[in-house]
Amino acid sequence: MENSTVLEARGICKSFYNPVKIDVLKDVSFKLKRGEYASIIGRSGSGKSTLLYILSTMDTDFTGKLLIDGIDLHYKSEKELAAIRNAKIGFVFQFHYLLNEFTAIRNVMLPGFKLNKVSEEELESKAYEYLKDLGIENLAHKMAYKLSGGEKQRVAIARAMINDPLIIMCDEPTGNLDSKNADIVFNIFKELTETFNKTLLVVTHDLIFAEKTGRIIELDDGRIIRE
Amino acid sequence: MKQKHLIEIAVALMLARWKQTLVATIGVTFSIALFISLLGFMEGLNQLLDGLVLNRTPHIRLFNDIQPSKIQPIDLSEQYQNYHNFISSVKPVNTRKEIYNAQQIIHKLKNDKRVFGVAPKITAQVFYNLGNIDLNGIINGVDAEKEAKLFAFSDYVIKGNYRELETISNSIILGQGAADVMNAKIGDIITVTTTEGEQFSLKVIGFFQSGMAEIDKIQSFASLTTTQKLLGEDSNYISDIQIKLKDLNKAPALAIEFEDFFKINAEDIQTANAQFETGSGVRSIISYAVGITLLIVSGFGIYNILNMLIYEKMDTIAILKATGYAGNDVKKIFISISLSIGVAGALAGVFFGILLSAIIDAIPFSSPSIPNVTTYPIDYGIQYYLIAIIFAMVTTFLAGWMPAKKASKVDPVLIIRGK
Repeated sequence: MENSTVLEARGICKSFYNPVKIDVLKDVSFKLKRGEYASIIGRSGSGKSTLLYILSTMDTDFTGKLLIDGIDLHYKSEKELAAIRNAKIGFVFQFHYLLNEFTAIRNVMLPGFKLNKVSEEELESKAYEYLKDLGIENLAHKMAYKLSGGEKQRVAIARAMINDPLIIMCDEPTGNLDSKNADIVFNIFKELTETFNKTLLVVTHDLIFAEKTGRIIELDDGRIIRE
Repeated sequence: MKQKHLIEIAVALMLARWKQTLVATIGVTFSIALFISLLGFMEGLNQLLDGLVLNRTPHIRLFNDIQPSKIQPIDLSEQYQNYHNFISSVKPVNTRKEIYNAQQIIHKLKNDKRVFGVAPKITAQVFYNLGNIDLNGIINGVDAEKEAKLFAFSDYVIKGNYRELETISNSIILGQGAADVMNAKIGDIITVTTTEGEQFSLKVIGFFQSGMAEIDKIQSFASLTTTQKLLGEDSNYISDIQIKLKDLNKAPALAIEFEDFFKINAEDIQTANAQFETGSGVRSIISYAVGITLLIVSGFGIYNILNMLIYEKMDTIAILKATGYAGNDVKKIFISISLSIGVAGALAGVFFGILLSAIIDAIPFSSPSIPNVTTYPIDYGIQYYLIAIIFAMVTTFLAGWMPAKKASKVDPVLIIRGK
């Protein structure tokens, strides 16, 4: 399994029609191998977030080919895509996005409920382990809205991990954090790739953050200009 | 995916907006409680009013109608057999009102499994003599026991004991209206003149009130033997046979059957009292319409509140979808919110419906025409509860369906990127 391709994009193009045709992505192709820590950078409007949401399977309105773990995602139903997202992809967003109605640990367990592979007790202990790894096990039973920004982001990372995904995608994970918390998040990601052999794909405009990752993909005007 | 966890999410969403949820639930409760008590009350009134007539009316009445013979002598003539014969102003001959073989017919009917009971009756035209004035009257000769058992006779005898008709000879129960005109009291002796011109003295043992002034002014009751004596007939004379069936709705069919079998006129209750059925039917339709409107309005309440909830919880929906919940799962969450509002509202509604019915049932209500009723009538029929619950489930499901569908279609990319 070492160094096998987990994500492959082949000639991805996307256009908006609002009201004239604007090409956002033009023939974007690249491969991500297992254990890679890659970042996508680019100016605002370069299409980097659009690319991420296409890779995440949430945006299906594009042309080109997208393979995750060797499975072609074209023509999959909404339900099948949701299942793939659930089992193979973890997400960390810029704005944390926890469910405020639940405690931290329930938030972490949420994707696990959907996957429904292990019992609730097992899931809970697994979630607790992840929280512990991230150093926030004491917050497990606090309601999500009572957490600080950095804490929320760590809970979101634990949530992205819970189903043991192949790839974790992050949209500006440090965009809302101070430099201290951003460092913590970066180190966590590094650890994920090194110890857990996860693939990470981070969209960021934080160049310092990107420099430290293993691979940088720079987008400009919808094309990959540097790798 | 376990339903349990979807429900856990649904509960959390409801608790997050518990005030709106409570308002929606109260809406359902209110409409179900009103639906149940309104229909129970309306149906109770219907039964009371119909009972005024229907309980006292035989389901089928057998009698000899006075009508001209259908076969005239010329029809028997061989010479004019193939002609069209027109005869105008045909008059009935002196047909007797007596039913032939009445005892055998009664015996036969008593053994019929579809028949609940049979009571013989004689009607006699009389004049109540009041000094120089004669008042029109009708004396019904009845078997008091059977009349009480089958046609609630005892409910309408407001003074005196109806059983004394059988034990005291030449006794009469006067209609309240007639008694008022005659100024008669219990124990008084009144005189009546029959159509044959004979005079009789009868002892007043009670008063009768049907609720219809026209009837109470004219009708009185006496025993079969007393009436037979009035008419100068023997003890086999019976002019009407009243039948009460086990199933009221079979009356028209059975009336035709009895007419053929006994060669006698038969009239069923539906034909005789068609207007009552119509009245009850229209009243029921109106109350169902009002009740169902209430339920639909509460459905709109749920729809509104769920729609608001979806707009407020867009982030939650987006994150559920991003982490792998399919549109269908989101739909299930919102439909279960809607159904829980429906179920909770329905249960509370049934409880308050029974309570409201019990309160209406306890309000005093008296009417001179309905002597045996002291409070407002309520029908506690299970069907109203079932209809209310089923309809509430259907409306809340539909009210939840549309917002849930909208929620399932939420595009997570738009929400997550839109911030």
